[in-house]
Amino acid sequence: MKISYNWIKEYLDLNVSPADLAEKIERTSVEVDGVTQPSAGLKKIVVGHVLAIEMHPDSDHLHICQIDVGEDEPLQIVCGAPNIAKGQNVIVALPGSRIADNVKIKKSKMRGVPSAGMVCALQEIGFSEDVVPKDYVDGIYVLPADATPGDDVYDYLGMNDSLIDLDVTPNRGDMLSLNGTLHDLAAIYDQPVELDQPNVKETGDAIDSELTLHVDADLAPQYRMRLVKQVKIAPSPMWLQIRLWNAGYRPINNVVDITNYIMLKYGQPLHAFDYDKFDGQDVYVRTATPGEPLTTLDEGEHELTDQDIVIADSNRPIGLAGVMGGLDASITDQTKTVAIEAAVFEHDHIRKAAQRHHLHTDASQRFERGVNQAGVQDALDAAAQMMNELADGAVQTGTAVGSDNEPEPAVITITMSHINAVLGTDLTQDQVTHILESLGFTVVASGESLTVTVPIRRNDIHIPADLLEEVARIYGYDELPTTLPTGRMTMGTLTAAQKLMRATRHSLEGLGLNQAISYALTTEDKAKMFTMQASETTKLAWPMSVDHAVLRMNVITGLLDDIAYNTARKVKDVALYEQGRVFYREDGTDRPSEEEHIAGAITGTLMPAGWNQPAQAVDFFQMKGIVEAYLQDMAVNGDVSFVANADMPEMHPGRTADVLVHGHRIGFIGQIHPSIAKQFKIGATYVFELNLQAIIDMPKQENQYDLISRYPAITRDIAMLVSDETTNEEIVALIEKRGGAYLQSVKLFDVYDGVKVPKGKKSLAYTLTYQDKKGTLVDDDVNQAFDKVTKRLQDDLNAEIR
Amino acid sequence: MSLKDKLDELQKRGLDEIKKSNDLKDVNQVRVNLLGKKGPITEVLRGMRDLDAEERPKVGAFANKVRDDLTAALEGRREELERAVLNARLANEALDVTLPGTPVAKGEPHVIQQIIDQIEDLFLGMGYQVLSGPEVEEDKYNFEMMNIPKNHPARDMQDTFYITKEILMRTQTSPMQARTLEKHDFSQGPLKMISPGVVYRRDTDDPTHSHQFHQVEGLVIDKHITMADLKGTLQVLAHELFGDKFDVRLRPSYFPFTEPSVEADITCFNCGGKGCGVCKNTGWIEVLGAGMVHPNVLKMAGVDPDVYGGFAFGVGPDRFAMLKYGVDDIRNFYLNDVRFLKQFTKKG
Repeated sequence: MKISYNWIKEYLDLNVSPADLAEKIERTSVEVDGVTQPSAGLKKIVVGHVLAIEMHPDSDHLHICQIDVGEDEPLQIVCGAPNIAKGQNVIVALPGSRIADNVKIKKSKMRGVPSAGMVCALQEIGFSEDVVPKDYVDGIYVLPADATPGDDVYDYLGMNDSLIDLDVTPNRGDMLSLNGTLHDLAAIYDQPVELDQPNVKETGDAIDSELTLHVDADLAPQYRMRLVKQVKIAPSPMWLQIRLWNAGYRPINNVVDITNYIMLKYGQPLHAFDYDKFDGQDVYVRTATPGEPLTTLDEGEHELTDQDIVIADSNRPIGLAGVMGGLDASITDQTKTVAIEAAVFEHDHIRKAAQRHHLHTDASQRFERGVNQAGVQDALDAAAQMMNELADGAVQTGTAVGSDNEPEPAVITITMSHINAVLGTDLTQDQVTHILESLGFTVVASGESLTVTVPIRRNDIHIPADLLEEVARIYGYDELPTTLPTGRMTMGTLTAAQKLMRATRHSLEGLGLNQAISYALTTEDKAKMFTMQASETTKLAWPMSVDHAVLRMNVITGLLDDIAYNTARKVKDVALYEQGRVFYREDGTDRPSEEEHIAGAITGTLMPAGWNQPAQAVDFFQMKGIVEAYLQDMAVNGDVSFVANADMPEMHPGRTADVLVHGHRIGFIGQIHPSIAKQFKIGATYVFELNLQAIIDMPKQENQYDLISRYPAITRDIAMLVSDETTNEEIVALIEKRGGAYLQSVKLFDVYDGVKVPKGKKSLAYTLTYQDKKGTLVDDDVNQAFDKVTKRLQDDLNAEIR
Repeated sequence: MSLKDKLDELQKRGLDEIKKSNDLKDVNQVRVNLLGKKGPITEVLRGMRDLDAEERPKVGAFANKVRDDLTAALEGRREELERAVLNARLANEALDVTLPGTPVAKGEPHVIQQIIDQIEDLFLGMGYQVLSGPEVEEDKYNFEMMNIPKNHPARDMQDTFYITKEILMRTQTSPMQARTLEKHDFSQGPLKMISPGVVYRRDTDDPTHSHQFHQVEGLVIDKHITMADLKGTLQVLAHELFGDKFDVRLRPSYFPFTEPSVEADITCFNCGGKGCGVCKNTGWIEVLGAGMVHPNVLKMAGVDPDVYGGFAFGVGPDRFAMLKYGVDDIRNFYLNDVRFLKQFTKKG
């Protein structure tokens, strides 16, 4: 809500600049989105009186105008506006002036005719099109007849005012009005504020004979109407138009403007109906019948539901309660009798109706947050009074009341010790009482206990904690001491799982992978890929887009999306890991279980090419090395093995392995299937995904010291031809099993299956290292053991030793 | 010529030859020539037999000295030549040290992770536990137990991805307040926790909105926790994340689960508080929401609000990172462009 600095100053004697006032409001009350002065940035824009006007000889729409701008000679200005006429006072941008958007106006020629400036529309001096009176939207604006040529236009148009844009939180509905803001400022500046009371002159008949209200009090706890007859619909006076456009409302006519003005002042939305359009004298507040149609003021057509509250005559709805009036019974230039409605509607209904019909209006916003239920009649009276004063209306005697359930004010008891204990302050009872009274609350003290009665307009205050906030903010948050919690000591340590997750990240970063954080919501197709266990998908009921509609059941596809993003931007080498959750759901349950996973993906090369180092494309074994090193870092207790798996549809059938720890599958590793790579528009990519939760839950090995032998080791190399089907794992297992007591390690150092090797065979070469930790080994012992293992290889694996 | 004179001459000639030797081979040849079994020194020494018994020791001592001097000179020359050879080789091996170092594979933690770790470490040091909660939450914990009943207007403030009517993607880490409060045994000590994690909002992704982002919740509940403690804690946080120069100020705000509720601003990074475009000329930037835990939240979790109370805060690491590094598009955090990820390499 934009609130006028000048309007505030009419009630409070503030000696502060608009910027300082805004800062104070922001620090004490509600957020401020900004302070603007409409005339800021404008220069040399003055009142001009049109002395003479003739058509441009070379144009069918341009006028050549002689305009008195308060100087000795009139200015000749060419103007294209259709509504310019002799005798008008208009807005003139003089040569050298600046208009909206910092545009500079110079002397020029228009189709050969010199033009010394420009006659302006309101939009051209910075008005939003939304607030320009309809008559002037398509042309220049006409200033009042008593404006003095040569004067700056700003004061005539209220442009020297400053407007403070309040961003009111949902609890502070009271701040959506001048009066509510004044109450808060009175407390902030510790100044009394005197609000004016309406004084309505009732001259007509009793209203009862012309209007009967039938109100469901559950829908509208308060519902009142007044009738004003013989109104003369006309434009509002300038001061009222200025108030409205500065607050962001388009002046329409005196009657409609008054309802908007009262809403700004009191926070009470009003609606003005054309009484003569009512079918009969009965007005109903009821729920709509499903399917009932209503055309609202904005000419929107709505099909109503039984959750909508409507204002209706005997025949049809004439308004969507608390949201927007109907077109049929709206105020027109021909309106003679106005029925003014002031009501309180049940906020849930209003909120939902505004959502359902996409009509978030200033009225609905205020009803949702709650209006001042003690001020409904005041607002109604003030409106009737203004219609009498500004539209010559005759106010009928009395108010028609359909419901009148005003709530009781909240009464809250709070103790001084509680206030100081929670705020950490040392406030005295006098200080607290003064703060609460300055807000308009009533305080009765009894010992250190305060009984506080809260005005009804403050519908956000119900419990002692609410009073604490009032005391704290008015006292000032800057004044609070700055301390840290004291009391019993607590331990701050990470759990074993948290430590392992941190270690996981550090390990993988050390191995060259960058941490990625991808989206957990993905497409249904991607959610289902690379899954490690059977699961139902978990779908959003109302996703924003198909791209983020289903919870992931794997981490890899997110990484592939990331690689695709990089690839599309010509970043070819990408090495990523992600630690995050996957979501598995069992059929018949709504809520998925969440499992921590760790995944990696590399495309291009891991080790960047340098001037002295060629690029080496990533391959299966590089990824395997990373996974092996990572699992070694995690010290899982149990043998890690890799078992070929040709059955994962998204993976290369010959280059994929399950990762097993102690025979238990915890994930997989390999190259993604070329058709999947094609689908993601990425190159050859190697990935792994492991169940991190399983790693967390596994028993771990502690670090332990092992004696480093002082005695020399002896090595023997062995190369052999074996059939293609024989795996490294089988050979190593056999060597380790049959290698003898002194065998310390078996290391593969060559694999060859080129032209020199018979078809169906491959050559593998190993270094066997022997060592006796307690003495020097003799060659004979090693030779014996080596011969033995050589024979086993020949016998058991049909190896041909080379 | 006396033996002594012969030795004098030999020494003189020998030193001269040593000096003239140009490489190690020469030096070796000179050594063989002078000191070898057939060399002149040996010969002179052999002639000592013909000397008087009185003369013999003097000449002998002198001969030994000549031999030692020549040996030392040879050794010195050999070292000199070796050093020259080595120096020549080293000169030949000189590198252009300005050539780039050999690339290594090095991965970086995500910038959001870095900020979360920093916050975790700070609060661990102050005795807080780090807890993590489910990302798929029940409406009950995400809203109802946070004092946001059905139909509460605050539900409009945070549009939610629902899965079913009661199950949703958590819109905040605050449900961890309710979950922890429900479980905590206050006889074992106060509750001090932070809970970092991913949250989701029904937003269209654009430079300032992301349907997925991060939050870190903080909660302290005990018998004597004050709003001044909240202010002090937030100040420590701001100093840790941004530096000691940064001040914190509190402003009134509204959250259904805290009362009083505040928003915390810190001194603008860009201008240091003078006022600039980044802070809309206020000198301050809004960084987090906080407040004293609402009695209803305590009550609903089974904690007696007449005995216990405390504060809660929620910070957004994404926003922190955007502010701290001037990241202009939140989507950068989730697209994982390697050129982005590699920008945040400073450790410690």
